Amino acid sequence: MAEMRVNLCGEILENPVIPASGTFGFGYEFAELYDINMLGTFSFKGTTRDPRFGNPTPRIAECNCGMINAVGLQNPGVEKVISEEIPKLTEVFHKKVMANVSGFSVEDYAYTCEKLDREEAVGWLEVNVSCPNVHGGGMSFGTSPEAAAEVTRAVKAVTSKPVIVKLSPNVTDIASIAKACEEAGADGISLINTLLGMRINLKTKKPVIANKMGGFSGPAILPVALRMVYQVYEAVNIPIVGMGGVSRAEDVIEMMLAGATAVEVGAANLVDPFACKNIIENLPAVMKKYGIEKLEDIIGGAHNG
Amino acid sequence: MKQSFFTVVSNAALTADVYRMVLEGDTSAITAPGQFINILLDGLYLRRPISVYDADESTVTIIYKVVGEGTEKMSRMTRGERLDVLTGLGNGYDTSLSGNRPLLIGGGVGVPPLYMLAKKLISEGKEVSVILGFNTESEIFCEEEFKALGVKVSVTTADGSYGIKGFVTAAMESGCTYFYTCGPEPMLKAVYAASETSGQFSFEERMGCGFGACMGCSCKTVTGYKRICKEGPVLTKEEILWRK
Repeated sequence: MAEMRVNLCGEILENPVIPASGTFGFGYEFAELYDINMLGTFSFKGTTRDPRFGNPTPRIAECNCGMINAVGLQNPGVEKVISEEIPKLTEVFHKKVMANVSGFSVEDYAYTCEKLDREEAVGWLEVNVSCPNVHGGGMSFGTSPEAAAEVTRAVKAVTSKPVIVKLSPNVTDIASIAKACEEAGADGISLINTLLGMRINLKTKKPVIANKMGGFSGPAILPVALRMVYQVYEAVNIPIVGMGGVSRAEDVIEMMLAGATAVEVGAANLVDPFACKNIIENLPAVMKKYGIEKLEDIIGGAHNG
Repeated sequence: MKQSFFTVVSNAALTADVYRMVLEGDTSAITAPGQFINILLDGLYLRRPISVYDADESTVTIIYKVVGEGTEKMSRMTRGERLDVLTGLGNGYDTSLSGNRPLLIGGGVGVPPLYMLAKKLISEGKEVSVILGFNTESEIFCEEEFKALGVKVSVTTADGSYGIKGFVTAAMESGCTYFYTCGPEPMLKAVYAASETSGQFSFEERMGCGFGACMGCSCKTVTGYKRICKEGPVLTKEEILWRK
């Protein structure tokens, strides 16, 4: 019998598969298709202090083995997420959910996290530091160890639930940023967010996406994600949630071997709404094929020693 | 929404770049005219959203224009090929608001979703008129199919090579109780400005998932943010906020 349980920052997940934020809404679209309680958990739509419409359209561009999105954190704002979305979510999902939070200032992050920390349905806070810091010249918090650590400290000071900092891959040394977050009190690290990318329409000779640039995701980025998870695993002692291009059970195992305790699945949900269900159902057979009895045993298995 | 496999029954050109494809499979999720299906194609990452021209218990017919890599690939498909398809996407047109004399206005590849709509309105005993707008005579398709339904059909061409010269608005007359339209956004805007009654507009937008998960196709409306793929593609005249 394949043992798929993992311990993510003190909470047991039945399996390590987690739909990634921004690809699963607040769960209920998918709950119409299958019982989403089979998931380890899921990370809900990135929530900010104030409601956001996001970027103008087109927001989506297709790529070889992936896609670019520039949705721009469209969400109803934390008050409505708490009053409307979480009650709807808990009707269809009975496990602890991961609350994904974004902000444009350190205060924004602390405000939103403090509110969501009080929600019983929330098991973890996943803090997305890839957003631009409006007080810091628009540089993403996630591109400097100091800024990422400052957000982590501010959130930790006002919350009691595990804080997982979600890192941007658009940096030169991701390990140093992960390390700074760990030192600032992060309970876990999740990575990678999307890679900054672009497509240009040959007919109009202009960028496809209205925002010009966007986040590249999909199977094409799996090798980059694996490399970064591997590097961060060597740098920190807190659990890692690995993501980036995962679309098959084999990818989940590869990500865990690189060092992930749990694995998020993003773009795959948008192409195949049953992607996570299929991955979870295929995991036991793939584990058997590779002689794995217990998934927890393989975390970081690709590292020496 | 349903995910299932469909088999190509036929796939043939109607004009130089417009094709009609009949697919066989489980059509039970298709509940209203104006909905769309989302087709996964080998070698392409995102699905292709295509409006439904007609559907019955076991087949769905689509009419699509070759505009890029995906539709080009589709145009080369032959009988027997299997496709992974999401069906029953979008809200579709609401026929309950039509009154007795609804007018249907389609432009180019905006024409197809109006066919199933016309059939439904006729089955409800309504007196349907249709305006089909094209650039030029060689691009006209489906005129005969609409005529075979027994409805009044006016065709406009921008260059005057067939029917009424001008855009669809050149054929719009007073007297309809309601209208339904689908076509390029400039046409929709012109219809909006020329219309004397309320109506429903079907919009197009570049989509990620097609079923409401990614927020890739959101638009602003009078009644808040809507996803073209989920709360749309059909919006009522009263809720539209045109983007600049």
